[in-house]
Amino acid sequence: MSWFSSPASETQITHANRLWLYTVAGLVMLFLVVPTVIVIPMSFSDSQYLEFPPRVWSVRWYEHYFQSDQWMAATRTSLLAAFFTMLTATPLGIMAAYGLFVSNLRFAHLVFIVLISPMMVPVVLVGIGVFYVYAKLKMVNSLGGLVLAHSMLAIPLVLIVISAALKSYDMNQEMVARSLGASRFRAFMVITLPQIRFAVITSALLAFITSFDEVIVALFVSGGDNSTLTRSMFTALRDQIDPTIASISTIMVLVSTSLLVMAQLFGKSKSEQ
Amino acid sequence: MSVAETLHTRSSVDHDARSGGAPNAEGLKKDAFMERLRLFGLCSPALFLVTIIMVLPVVWLFYLSFLNDDGAFSFEHYQRMLDGKSYARIFWTTFQVSFLTTLICAVIGYPLAYFLAQLPRRAAAICMVTVLLPFWTSLLVRTYAWLVLLQRKGLINTWAIDLGLWDTPIKIVHNLNGTLIGMVHIMLPFLVLPVYGSMKAIDANFVKAAANLGARPTQAFWKVFFPLSLPGLFAGALIVFVLCLGFFVTPAVLGGGRVIMVSMSITDKIELFFNWGAASALGVVLLVLTLGTLFIASRLLKLDKILGGGKGGH
Repeated sequence: MSWFSSPASETQITHANRLWLYTVAGLVMLFLVVPTVIVIPMSFSDSQYLEFPPRVWSVRWYEHYFQSDQWMAATRTSLLAAFFTMLTATPLGIMAAYGLFVSNLRFAHLVFIVLISPMMVPVVLVGIGVFYVYAKLKMVNSLGGLVLAHSMLAIPLVLIVISAALKSYDMNQEMVARSLGASRFRAFMVITLPQIRFAVITSALLAFITSFDEVIVALFVSGGDNSTLTRSMFTALRDQIDPTIASISTIMVLVSTSLLVMAQLFGKSKSEQ
Repeated sequence: MSVAETLHTRSSVDHDARSGGAPNAEGLKKDAFMERLRLFGLCSPALFLVTIIMVLPVVWLFYLSFLNDDGAFSFEHYQRMLDGKSYARIFWTTFQVSFLTTLICAVIGYPLAYFLAQLPRRAAAICMVTVLLPFWTSLLVRTYAWLVLLQRKGLINTWAIDLGLWDTPIKIVHNLNGTLIGMVHIMLPFLVLPVYGSMKAIDANFVKAAANLGARPTQAFWKVFFPLSLPGLFAGALIVFVLCLGFFVTPAVLGGGRVIMVSMSITDKIELFFNWGAASALGVVLLVLTLGTLFIASRLLKLDKILGGGKGGH
């Protein structure tokens, strides 16, 4: 058993001594992944009670999902909201990160704290606050209102990711472009933006998923024809365990997995990989 | 900033041409400041959005919490919170769930982070997917998965009975246990990622030096590595605890109405009773608890860094 007695690190500990660590870590990793993944085969079960492994395989819950006008409308709302949130939060977050970074004013860190506060304030409070404002503005149940609220929730993530990228970026390059006659805007678009593009992609994907997965604010301000997928799922979950949700879950896992893969592939510079 | 100052000259020449004065340090300084102020204006759309949709509503809720049902100023809602037993129970449940979730996350998340930090790069990247995948997956989907696994006729009960662990289906979900299992699963990545980050930042030579000086591997770990990883563990535990305080979805679904946390009580007060005052007062207390925890913890963490620095650490 040479591997067991071989050193596992630069202290003299062996792999055999570390067996407990490998066991614990392995179990925790299973705990993290299995519940998410196991829903996938279960969603192909024919039974009303989701089984694993399914005794009879079927796609009836998928049919039920794709043939339901209600679920389809909810999916459409969620995708639209996520898409427009991405288009709103990413530029606003980039502008804010750039503005804070180059202006370098004394009260900049205060503004930074205000901008990341949506991450610190409990979401329920944000939810009822937004609901209150929208009720006054008659914006409850509108897609636009939902997009604005979700953009506000996504701005902190974009801000943090872009700020981190700008910190490791050499701003002198932009100075050079401007000394050669480029306007600040052009210098940013042509010189800076392409070099922080990995952070931009990551932050855009994060903005998308923030909106797509958001439940609580959607619970308050989306409804009627503009119910989001998560809102409909949550309401359905409170009443009973509808197997259709297993098929929707599978689709959502696929969406988030592909976003994660995209973030890993395109969201990292060569040096980070 | 010499390059920046040279670059500002061009605009300041215009400025001086307008004002008719000679270029001077004062004018340059003023121009540079104005330019920075203009650039700072890039924040305004984001700032506007956050202010209108979050800051102002929260301020408004704060105001509402001090109005009684007749619209007069009073501490009624807060008074009721101090008197009522039901409120005390809600706060106790919230604290209990948050504390236990944080504790369990720390106990099982630390070994995982340690394992990941020790792996070679490529293997670590692969294993890291197990932490990132749940992180990116909708928490509603994950909560649903637990509901399916833990229910009466669910996988856990079926398998346990097949294996002879217990005879009749036991109740694992729609109570505190189910809530805790779900919450730990949701929160674990928030703990593992910062702990992993802080472990990666530890200079491996410290542990080697300890071994070289005769420390056994366990001694080297507990006396050198563990203390250095504590800031990461505190940061991770803090994030988990604060997120738990305001958590809603998982306890609402997996608690089955038996685990009432503050956030659920707030939504009930709005959706069922339209009692904005009471909901706002609860919200204000929740916000104060959250920000208070963050503030105190940031003080403690800084203190910890100073102490660590004094001992010759980072």
